[in-house]
Amino acid sequence: MIKNEIIFHGIEKRQKHYYIAIFIMFIILAILVCLNVTIGEKNYTLAEVVSIILNGENNYIIMKLRLPRTIAGIFCGIAFAIAGNTFQTLLGNPLASPDIIGVSSGSTVAAVFCILFLNLNRGIVSIISVAAGLLAAFTIYKLSCKNGFSNSRLILTGIGAQAFFTALINWMVMRAAEYDVPTAMRWMAGNLNGITTDTLPLLVIVVILAFAIMVYCNQSIRSLELGERYATILGVNVSVVRTLLMFCSVVLIAFATSISGPIASIAFLSGPIATRICSNNQTNYTSSALIGAILVIAGDFIGQNLLPTRYPVGIVTGLLGAPYLVYLLIRQNKGGVI
Amino acid sequence: MKQNNKIKTITLIGILLLFISVILSITYGAKSVGLSDVIDALLGRNLEDYNVNVVQARLPRTLFGIIAGASLSISGVLMQSITRNPIADPSILGVNTGASLFIVFGISFFNIQSKLSYIGLAFVGALLTSIFVYRLASLGYSGATPIKLAISGAAISTALSSLISIIVMPDSSVMTSFRFWQIGSIGGTSTDDILLLLPFTVLAIVVSFLLSDNLDTMLLSEETAIALGLNIGRTRILAALCGVLLCACTTALAGPISFIGLMIPHLIRSSIGSSHKPLIILSGIYGGAILIISDVLGRILGAPGELESGIMTALIGAPVFIYIIRKAKLQSL
Repeated sequence: MIKNEIIFHGIEKRQKHYYIAIFIMFIILAILVCLNVTIGEKNYTLAEVVSIILNGENNYIIMKLRLPRTIAGIFCGIAFAIAGNTFQTLLGNPLASPDIIGVSSGSTVAAVFCILFLNLNRGIVSIISVAAGLLAAFTIYKLSCKNGFSNSRLILTGIGAQAFFTALINWMVMRAAEYDVPTAMRWMAGNLNGITTDTLPLLVIVVILAFAIMVYCNQSIRSLELGERYATILGVNVSVVRTLLMFCSVVLIAFATSISGPIASIAFLSGPIATRICSNNQTNYTSSALIGAILVIAGDFIGQNLLPTRYPVGIVTGLLGAPYLVYLLIRQNKGGVI
Repeated sequence: MKQNNKIKTITLIGILLLFISVILSITYGAKSVGLSDVIDALLGRNLEDYNVNVVQARLPRTLFGIIAGASLSISGVLMQSITRNPIADPSILGVNTGASLFIVFGISFFNIQSKLSYIGLAFVGALLTSIFVYRLASLGYSGATPIKLAISGAAISTALSSLISIIVMPDSSVMTSFRFWQIGSIGGTSTDDILLLLPFTVLAIVVSFLLSDNLDTMLLSEETAIALGLNIGRTRILAALCGVLLCACTTALAGPISFIGLMIPHLIRSSIGSSHKPLIILSGIYGGAILIISDVLGRILGAPGELESGIMTALIGAPVFIYIIRKAKLQSL
């Protein structure tokens, strides 16, 4: 055992820093949730809302609109964030998030098709889009495997696939009936409107299950961060862990997408922000999940209440994400990561 | 000698393809017409006949398609040569999105109406975006590698499209007409558009043709080109301006049409090599032909309506892009 006061002191300090950061994020999320539930067309006080929820009163605005919306926002945020973070960790590149390499748009294609042409209900749409997302991810992976797997080839193939899927989506939107188009466009921008209570339990279960599996793989992920070779030496079954984690992330992404539409930038932003805040001395699952939820709820609040027109949450997060994206690119290219 | 014959054969095939695609584009559609009607229309006979009118309505669209396809494809050649990067293309670099953003911005905030100012706006937008994306990708020690260029382009393009959505989203009536700027189509173009487009594209194509010897020299390596007495900076800036002008004009009038500039030059290069004079000419011919064929395919697949050519080129071009990536050597990514 190494017995060095300074090292242990440093570790302790970072642990403390980490817990404080998590705590602060929790508080911010709580405040945002309160704001989101109380403020809107009709304002309530917090006490009123609490009593409505506790007594199970039949208040339409709170119980049918704002509460499902907020819960869906939190869990979709978590789903996007941890899935994005997993992709970024496994592919070793902060820019390799599922919304850039085409996995999300693969499931969006299926969802748009089901919504516009088959008029299916949301539960079945979720299942079909999960299947489509898995298929898209598998195809992109297979296409990028030639003479061995390469991260850069995977990313480039993903960008190509993304363009292909976008064209398919555009095709369907153009073919759809005129009055369906604004709905589809709004949904495609990422939107928490029209979420009903019956889709929520499944979402919550899926998110919690996937989160549990990922936390279970925690040690292996931390080894994988060192690189494939070191992970193998440390006794990680790289291909099994990688497949399992990819599978979970795709399920999460596709599920969240089928409910809220592809909310821009969440998958891609949460991981790097969490790493910046918590300085990466833990696997940043908890922190990036919190960041994801905060971003979605804050984006939704801004889009609903603070802007002249009501914007879908995806537009707001897309706008918030753009400058950070550029900053990240500059930093990454300067550092020569790729 | 063998190379020359090959170029001749490919040119002939290209011209034949272009001819067939033009005939298809004029005759096939929601109302199909016969060849005799086409001849009548060209000679100005039977002007009262319905079919002849159909032909006359389709002519500008076809002509515009040829010019747009040729411009995009030559623009791709220039960008690939300047950046020394096989996947440089107006759509990958986000240049089309930049042009669209500026136009959408101009229309909704300054109420700009004339098509000439669309071209101006598109040019400024495309130029700024391409400079920005290229600078972004060439930060760091390894220069603008394909992957850095593609990621920077994709990222900037995502960011810019969310800006476009913000401008377009609030008003659903505006949204329907602006959808055009996000997808790209050569339908609905008129003779005026062609006359407006032609001077710019002819200028840019002529200049790039004049530059082709210099571009050939630059392919050797920068050091060799300087040693041979070439003004690298000037050549590069002129070629870049031409490339941007070509894709900006097309985007201004037709919206973003993707992947033509990527796949055509690649196909031509792999069959005749990288000498720029034949490359530019052949890319122009094949680019025009492929864009028109995509447009016709869009009419077939989209029947009874039609499918925007921007969608068709992406559906054809994206697999070609993936194929190029698959074929590329790992080190060169």
